[in-house]
Amino acid sequence: MVAVTDVLRLDGVDRSFGDRPALRNVSFDVAAGRMTGFVGGNGAGKTTTMRIILGVLAADAGRVTWQGAPLTAEARRRFGYMPEERGLYPKMSVREQVTYLGQLHGMTAAAARRATDALLERVGLAERGDDLLETLSLGNQQRAQIAAALVHEPEVLVLDEPFSGLDPLAVDTVVGVLRERAAAGVPVLFSSHQLDVVERLCDDLVIISDGVIRAAGDREELRRTYTSPRFEVVVETDAGWLRDQPGVTLVDLDGARAVFDLAPDTDEQPVLHAALARGPVRAFRPVRPSLTEIFREVAQ
Amino acid sequence: MNTLQATRLVAAREIRVKLRDRTFLISTVFFLLLAAAGTILPAVLAGGPSSVAVTERAAEPLRAAGLEVRVVADDRAAEQAVHDGDVDAAVVTGPTVLAMDDAPDDVVTALSSRPEVRLLNPDAVDPAVAFLVPFAFAFIFFVTSQGFGVQIAQSIIEEKQTRIVEILVAAVPVRALLAGKLVAGTLLALGQIALVALVALAGMTFGDDSGLLSLLAPAIGWFVPFFLLGFVLIAAMWAAAGALVNRLEDIGGVSMPVQLTVMLPFFAVIFLHDNTPAMRVLSYLPFSAPTAMPLRLFTGDAAAWEPVVALVLLLAAAAGFLLAGARVYEGALLRTNGRTSIRTAWRSRETVA
Repeated sequence: MVAVTDVLRLDGVDRSFGDRPALRNVSFDVAAGRMTGFVGGNGAGKTTTMRIILGVLAADAGRVTWQGAPLTAEARRRFGYMPEERGLYPKMSVREQVTYLGQLHGMTAAAARRATDALLERVGLAERGDDLLETLSLGNQQRAQIAAALVHEPEVLVLDEPFSGLDPLAVDTVVGVLRERAAAGVPVLFSSHQLDVVERLCDDLVIISDGVIRAAGDREELRRTYTSPRFEVVVETDAGWLRDQPGVTLVDLDGARAVFDLAPDTDEQPVLHAALARGPVRAFRPVRPSLTEIFREVAQ
Repeated sequence: MNTLQATRLVAAREIRVKLRDRTFLISTVFFLLLAAAGTILPAVLAGGPSSVAVTERAAEPLRAAGLEVRVVADDRAAEQAVHDGDVDAAVVTGPTVLAMDDAPDDVVTALSSRPEVRLLNPDAVDPAVAFLVPFAFAFIFFVTSQGFGVQIAQSIIEEKQTRIVEILVAAVPVRALLAGKLVAGTLLALGQIALVALVALAGMTFGDDSGLLSLLAPAIGWFVPFFLLGFVLIAAMWAAAGALVNRLEDIGGVSMPVQLTVMLPFFAVIFLHDNTPAMRVLSYLPFSAPTAMPLRLFTGDAAAWEPVVALVLLLAAAAGFLLAGARVYEGALLRTNGRTSIRTAWRSRETVA
């Protein structure tokens, strides 16, 4: 059973590199059993945040807590981490180094071997397990990297761009593995700049830009909060007249097809009536704004 | 898991990987062959006793000298045997020693009477040996500390270059990473030397050089602690140097100063080995002490307290370099953008506990 306190919490974390502030007052939660997507542009502060969680970087101010207590080296050893820039030992076999990393995380040699075998099977590397890492394709090296992050059955998973460089099949495998861990009650924080992948995967969303958290919380809630109701309409002739309708903001106009946002508390039916009054209406439907829209909205 | 356990795991991996490394294995075999050749070949090349043809009447003193005696009927048969190449030499009436083109010393000695020799300073070391032994010590220290030092640096750079270092640092204390590498390097270096020493020992026994061996024993006893501390001193510098760069290709830029601090004392000891005042100074300086002090002990120039003082100085220097090297290592380890200056590394200690 997952306790309510199984939350990884960042609280007012600051960090500068020289004079340049990289993170300012960063606070958010990663809840147990949920996949939390961490999105932001290049240099927004995703990697710095994750490094601070893992203790690879120190925070200038603020704190990171797990289950209500400040993180210690001992607690961090039970975390799983996949750094942004990948790498394992090129001249060691996959099995040997994943086992080694399991031991470094405190497993006995026998337990590490068992976990490695099971995991290599799970990510589809069982047959390549005894090959040197450098002889594997990049996609397979990536799978090995996932195994390296998961071997010690971490209590918390922090993955920096886990899907970059993966082919679609491998993405599915990794997604499957991560979902299993989340379902088992592990908080999973993963960053990505592929918003479509995040959209498909995450339960919660944290958006960072310029070192400041712009939004954090349940994905659907954020969608409701940060986007206006949006509709698509297809008529016979030019739809430019929509511009003058009260409460309508044109998002996209392409001859007879238009996408528009409605101001809050505006009903879409009068717009439909106005369209019908001008001729036949071929389509009129609500559009679900994508994560990209949310991202654009909050990252401004 | 504590730092000690982590250190052990790290060291075990380093050793495991090294023992599978072809370059390391080949170089070890090369050193073993060198040691075997150096000790066995002189005995083999010297050849066995000469074979000598002689009539039965004059054979006895030659037999007594352990020569290979072939009894022939008369002097003519003896001479013919030398011509035919059946024997190395012949002894004919006179007595005259016959040989083709090279006077057989052992035959001549067997027939000569020698004056009694009394050595007034029997402990003095043969000048050739007095040069060769310190040279061998200095060479072993030089080659080993250089070779294993570079490997420690390479192993550190590999972890930085592949970025696995981030995973490692998130899992175990940085100090355990460094300590594991130093422990592994030291054990491998000592292991290699022990193996070479063993082969050399076997070779000396085979070549019947046990006299030299008993002469070497006390110097070797001191060489071990000096070597150990000297190695740690240099390994700490290599570790710091390795942490400053991100790619194996860039190791040249940082390794030069380290190499010089190993090379200069090496040549100083080689060239100044018979300059007593210079050697006294060198035997106290931490970088040259590992070779200079055992040498002074070997030649009997050093008083009993001197190696102790030099060892304490070396210990202090090794501890200092270890702390400084660890600080630079910790400060530079996670800086994976280009080369880090020592000053930057010294000031930034990034990781939390």
